[in-house]
Formats: sequence, structure tokens, C-alpha cells
Amino acid sequence: MAQTTTPPPSLLGAGDARGRFGDSFFRVLTLAAGVLIFVILALVSLYLILESLPAIGASPEELSAGVPFWQYVLPLALGTLMASAIAILLSTPVSIAVALFISHYAPARVSKTVGYVIDILAAIPSVVFGAWGMTTLGPALVPVYEWLSRASAGVPGLSLVFGTPSTTGRTLLTAGIVLAIMILPIITSQCREIFIQTPRLHEEAALALGSTKWDMIKATVFPFARNGIVSAVMLGLGRALGETMAVTLVLAPGALTANLIGVGNKTIPAEIALNYPEAFGLRQSELIAAGLILFVITLAVNMVARWIVSRYAEFSGAN
Amino acid sequence: MANNTLTPTRADGVRTNALRSGTLPGYAKWACLAGSLAASALVFAVAGWNWPLFGVLGALLYLGSWTIVNAAVRGGRHGSNVFWATLVWIAFFLALVPLVSIIWTVLSNGTRGILEFGFFGSDMAGVTGVQDQAAAAGESGVLGGIKHALIGSLLITLVATLISVPIGLLTSIWLVEYARGGLLARVITFLVDVMTGIPSIVAGLFAAGVLMAHFEFVGGGYSGGNQIMGFTAAVALSVLMIPVVVRSTEEMLRVVPNELREASYALGVRKWRTILRVVIPTAISGIASGVTLAIARVAGETAPILLTAGMAVTTNWNVFKGWMMTLPVFIYQQLMRPTAPSAPDPSTQRAWGAALVLIIIVMLLNLIARFIAAAFAPKQPGR
Repeated sequence: MAQTTTPPPSLLGAGDARGRFGDSFFRVLTLAAGVLIFVILALVSLYLILESLPAIGASPEELSAGVPFWQYVLPLALGTLMASAIAILLSTPVSIAVALFISHYAPARVSKTVGYVIDILAAIPSVVFGAWGMTTLGPALVPVYEWLSRASAGVPGLSLVFGTPSTTGRTLLTAGIVLAIMILPIITSQCREIFIQTPRLHEEAALALGSTKWDMIKATVFPFARNGIVSAVMLGLGRALGETMAVTLVLAPGALTANLIGVGNKTIPAEIALNYPEAFGLRQSELIAAGLILFVITLAVNMVARWIVSRYAEFSGAN
Repeated sequence: MANNTLTPTRADGVRTNALRSGTLPGYAKWACLAGSLAASALVFAVAGWNWPLFGVLGALLYLGSWTIVNAAVRGGRHGSNVFWATLVWIAFFLALVPLVSIIWTVLSNGTRGILEFGFFGSDMAGVTGVQDQAAAAGESGVLGGIKHALIGSLLITLVATLISVPIGLLTSIWLVEYARGGLLARVITFLVDVMTGIPSIVAGLFAAGVLMAHFEFVGGGYSGGNQIMGFTAAVALSVLMIPVVVRSTEEMLRVVPNELREASYALGVRKWRTILRVVIPTAISGIASGVTLAIARVAGETAPILLTAGMAVTTNWNVFKGWMMTLPVFIYQQLMRPTAPSAPDPSTQRAWGAALVLIIIVMLLNLIARFIAAAFAPKQPGR
């Protein structure tokens, strides 16, 4: 940011008390707003920790599941991570390809429209994604799941992941696919921003050496955008971890299982949304503690993303 | 590659440009595509028609054949170039599939819902399983509507905007105009980033908890000691909205050219008046568009409102007392807990109608944001 200059005091005159008051008042007012954000975040963390303590310290008999708190929350956390991992694995390649399409492949007149179309996807509320996944995508995937289950029967490993298929299609894999669609516009728009910043001279140098378009992209665009892609994916991951409504609507909750296409698995946000409205006392504290775990996981993901970006910033061609 | 045999020679014996040797004619790509689709169509004409599988097989055949043709005629480097280019195009069409499917689902299911008599003018008061079973049996129209949800969404979003816009605006002014990259500024920027990553459900937990604690320590007050009310939901939405407003406003204030500020200072204008009369008016279109986008984002939030404002069936105009319904929660409730569990169809119809209305509102807000940004943008400074 360019430096702003304060007016030299000599020009202001001595008797300008009201103006000076206005200056300091406004300065304090804006600072207070900034500090308020600090206070809000401190309150969020403090409140989550304080309200979680009863559940974390409680004996198994007092808790709703009848097991120690960590045994209750671990399957939830694993379910959340599994759904988000599916989403990231499916979404990342497609997002990068769509971003490349917009930045390098689409005809110039089309690419702007395509950008708008992807933005529309970003604007659709998550509850609509959930409703769509529950009523349209899930049932449509049932035959696919049946086929996957038949095809992988007897194959070690695969038969574990693609076990007995669900009859409604409301499984963890469906939830992961819906999440993948939801984070696609986030990753795409971030990647697009970086891809179009690739120095024109690098690209033309590569082409002048006889590169094909793909060689050029491999040699100039990807190295330039590497850390940007990582941070875009991390952003998408953060969104997928905290996404509540889509998963709540799509996934029919059940016990933790490796079977992605069968009945089972829960995620932390969905568990809170389903149970908090009726919860009181220790049960409420349990759910808040689960929320705290979710908060810590997303915080860690965001911080790692920031760290990666700052680590690579010095080597990138951007500066 | 086999350049000599492929060097084209016209019928009159004149050799064409040698630079074009080893290239494919323009129609080759389309011929390849048509051939792949035809082959795929043939397979499924025999094996039973299936649109999605037809598309998948057609795309794979085209990817394979076009790559092989290019690799054979122009060399492996061009083969891999074409392979990746085709994959990029396929990915683009793949990304369009869910978008088209979602919009189609909402439109086809939702139009019947919003055309139902009284959909906008009535709430769910008096609509019970009995009425819904009658509607499902075809004895009456689907009763009930989204009036309460529309009013709730409007009020909660309005209050959330009133809370977060001043805080967000003032914070970004401090960050851009006063803080010169000091420690506090870096801390606040970092915290805003952290806040962007707060899961919406955690924001809901926080708002519900803070107001509950408030009533425990300060006492009942106006709402009768119940933290489930519209205002709590607005607090939760503000936690999600403030970082978005700070981010977009900060960006807009930073692009205001410094010459404008310095010209104002040179005329002896105080800093706070410079900010209010020069800097903000210059950036106002960007700020307004950012705020509109933030509103569009929180208008579709469900989870925090579910925890903080509950689910009402009647219209509630009072943000500070009683449960409130919003559009997203209405959709969720109608789908997950149909009014008549044995006859969910009327509930599903209402849910899709509400989804259509919600999507239209959010899209309109997005359009308005774009319009504001384009129409009221300041003239480019002559640098």
C-alpha cells in the first residue's frame, strides 16, 4: 500500500479544536471496530472451550452415547474428514481443468460467460444443494453404487470401500460428490485468478521455443501457480469441512464405516444440526465440544494454507 | 513421422505449402467427434439406451481416437497436447452437468409450488397432517405458504446487515487509512482471515451460547429469557458477514488513488473528513457491491439459523421475541420433517417452491451487486 501523508500541523491553525476532536474520535471509532472483531473471536473460542469442558470431563455413563467423549467424537471427526477428502479428490482436478479452460482454452468471447456461469454455481445456497443431492443425485446414483458393489466384490480393499450399497443413495460418497460440486467454484475462481496472472512473456517464450500449448502450460503456468493452487484447495477444504446443510440433508447418518456407498457415517456439522435444537444440559455441551473440534480442524487447515503460501511466496514469479 | 506420404499435392500437381505438412484438415476434429458419438450411440442402441452412459462413452471414445489420430499424424508431443486439451473441455462440460441439473430440478419442481394459491400470502398456521393428507389425496389444493419464512429471512438479514456493515466498514477504514502495517493491523487482518474460516454451524453455536449466557447473568429481559429469537440468528449471521465486508471494503479502499487523499489534505481538509467525503464516495460502488454479495451469501445460510431462531409456523414480526422461520430453514424442515410424514408430497412441493424463491432472491442480489459495481464505478483516474 502506498503511504498516505498526514497534513502538516502548521497548516491547520491553532483554534481548530473541533476538527482535531473529529480526527481522534474517528480514529478511535475505527480502531474500536477492529478491536471488536478481536473480542468476538476471543469470545467464540472462550465460549466454545468453557461450554465443552463439562462434556470432555464427564464420565461415560453421563454422556448420551454411553462411551467416553473422545470415542463419541472420533467417528464424527473421521466422517467429516472422509467426506471432505472425497470432495477434494473429486473437485481439485476438475476445478483446475475448468480454471485452465477459462484462462487458456476457451475462446476469448466465451471465457467471460463461463466465469459468470461458475459464479452462479457459487451463489446457489447450500440447502438447495442438499435438497438436490437428497432427491435427485442420490436416487440417480443407486444403480451406479449397485454396479460398483458388484464389480468390486472379492477385490481386496475395494470391496471394503464399495460394500453393500444403500437403497436410497444417501451415502457418504453422495455427500462427498455434493460437497465437491459446492467447492468447485471456490477452487476454480481462485485458480483462474492466478492462471491469468502468468507472465505473458514466459508463455510466449515457451511457445517461441516450439512448445505445444500443453508444454507451455506445464512449463510456465503450473510452476507459477503452484502455491496458489495449494491455497485454493485448502480454502475449498475449509469450506467442505464446515459445510453443514448439504451433508445433513444428503447423508442418512449411521455408525462409522469404511463402506462409502452403504448406510453409515456422520459428520460433526450434521450431527450438531440434527441434534442441537432438542438438546439441553450435558448433551448440549457434548455438541458444543464437537463444534470446538470442528473449529480447531478448520483453523488448522486455514493456517497451514497460509503457511504454505507464505513459504512459497519468495520463490514465486509473482514478485 | 510419415511426412512424405502425407505432403498434400493438389490435383493440378502444385504442391501446397510445405509448412503445413503433417497437419490435419480442419474437419478432422469434427469427423472424429461425430464418429465417436455415433459409435457410442450404436453401442447403446443395442444394449438399451442410457443418456449419461452414452455421454461418458462418447467422450472417452473421442478422447482416445482424437489423441491417437494426432499422435500418429503429428507426433507424440501433439498427441499429448490434444489429449490434455480434450480433457480440459470434457471437465468443463462435466462441471456444467450438476449446474444444469440443479437449476432444472428447482425450476421443474418449484414452479408448481409457487403457482399454488396463497403460496406467498399465507404461513403454515393451521396446516397440519390432516390438510396435507387431503391435498395428497387430491381432495384440495396444497395449503400453506412461505409468508412467515419470507418475512423472517428479510428481518434477520436486515438486522445482520445493520450490525455487520458498520463494524466491517469501520474496521477496513482503520486497516487502510490509519494502521500502517503495524502489529495490531497484522493481528486483525489475520483474525479476519480466521473468521472467514469459521464454519457457519459454529457461528450458530456461538450466538446461541452467548445470548444464553447473557440471559443467565443479566436476567430475562424483553424476550422472557429465551435466546431463541431472530436477533440471535442475526448475531450468528453477523459473525459470518463481518469478515466478508471487511475483505471487500478493504480491497476497494486500497484502490482509491492516493492523489485524491493528498489533494484533499493540501486544501487543509481534516483526515476524517477526507475519508468520509473523498475516499468513501470514490469507493462506494465497490463497497455497495461487496455488501450486496455478503447479504446474498448469508441469505442462503441455514445451519446457524436452525440453532438460533428455531422453526416457526406463524408469521413473527418481532426480531427480539419468539421463534422465527427463514426460507432456508423452511426448505430444510419441509424436506426432513414433512408436515404429514405419511404423505410428504405437499411438503416436498412447498420446499421446492421455497427453494425456487430463495434462488431467485440470491441471483437477484448477485445481479444487483454486479449492476452497482458496473454502473456507479468511478471514472478511471487519469494516470
